[in-house]
Amino acid sequence: MAFIDYYKILGLDKNASDKDIKAAYRKLARQYHPDLIPNDPEANKKFQQINEANEVLSDPEKRKKYDKYGEHWQHGEEHEQYARQQQQNRQQYGGGQYSGFGGGFGQGFESFENFGDGGDFSDFFQQMFGGSGGRTRGQAKYRGQDFTAELHLSLREAAETHKQTLTVNGKQIRITIPAGVENGQTIKIAGHGGPGSNGGPAGDLYITFAIANDPYFKRSGADLYVNIKTDLYTAVLGGEITIDTLTGKVKLKVAAGTQNGTKVKLKGKGFPVYKKDGEFGDLYLTYEVQLPTNITEKQRELFTQLAESEKVK
Amino acid sequence: MSTATLISTTEFCTWHQVEHTFIHSLSEAGLIEITLIDQDEFIHETQLQRLEKMVRLHHELEINLAGIEAITHLLDRVEAMHQEMRLLKNRLRLYERD
Repeated sequence: MAFIDYYKILGLDKNASDKDIKAAYRKLARQYHPDLIPNDPEANKKFQQINEANEVLSDPEKRKKYDKYGEHWQHGEEHEQYARQQQQNRQQYGGGQYSGFGGGFGQGFESFENFGDGGDFSDFFQQMFGGSGGRTRGQAKYRGQDFTAELHLSLREAAETHKQTLTVNGKQIRITIPAGVENGQTIKIAGHGGPGSNGGPAGDLYITFAIANDPYFKRSGADLYVNIKTDLYTAVLGGEITIDTLTGKVKLKVAAGTQNGTKVKLKGKGFPVYKKDGEFGDLYLTYEVQLPTNITEKQRELFTQLAESEKVK
Repeated sequence: MSTATLISTTEFCTWHQVEHTFIHSLSEAGLIEITLIDQDEFIHETQLQRLEKMVRLHHELEINLAGIEAITHLLDRVEAMHQEMRLLKNRLRLYERD
């Protein structure tokens, strides 16, 4: 576990006054506060570091201990263990006047235990101070970290309201995904982020939907678009075709003389409108008339006759 | 009349340790709406998150009312732009080949 230089985080030197610490904290907190830069994990992380640095440096007792051990905090722990061992030996063998490393380290680290638990401070903080915030009365409450997650859905999954169970930081959360969510849309699950510090509320969980392109349908909002291939003869003479919609197959009449690129709208056969029960967008069909390729000699003759008949019209 | 989705401002102020005057100032600035029922003041549940955010800006960052007003408007604009960007990106996908 690496040492964290709280002074560096706040851009201060070790001689900084309480006023300097407060000013530096305010300045950086205004820059990285999650309410000002929502959905930015990097800013969120930075804010947590600033918060933690302020938690230590603005408390005279914690600052004193942090300054005392500084980057040698791990050795402080070793010394503490050594001191405990010495204490036990003294008790076991009747003891003497020798006080060894006792006092300082042992007493200091034990008193860190009083700082409570919980919160989302770093491992360094947890190990050095035995917990997170909640140190003094009147200390500001801080919201926990917001978590972000990405949920991948197919277009057809996004078309139906359904439940999914997600595992976030070891906890299972069952959420209902309303039909009609958009690709890139983010929903907030309040209170499912990191725990707050100093009794502050938990952060929120932001879930962003990533909806894969569908091989058949293209989507724009609640409207769907699909290209329908039709043969030359149906396009010229008219006929009936069967097409797929989200809700099943639909029979459709093709008007005689349908041109390549003709668009047809099927009202209400599109995508469900987000959070509007029973409302649907439209389905737009674009005809792609397929010209015959490998034609037989007989067909060539017939096409030639057709072409000749056009000339004498 | 149902008050199931309304939250008493007194309860809110007690919970968040804020002065009533703060809520009133936000209301006067048009940032939140206070509903009056039988002399009791309430805020609608849908405004709760917005109001809590303003309280945090005020307490944690010591931002005054004018600052909160400016920040709220800017954040609303950022959110609107994000939504527009998402919409445009999704429209672009119509022309992309998989």
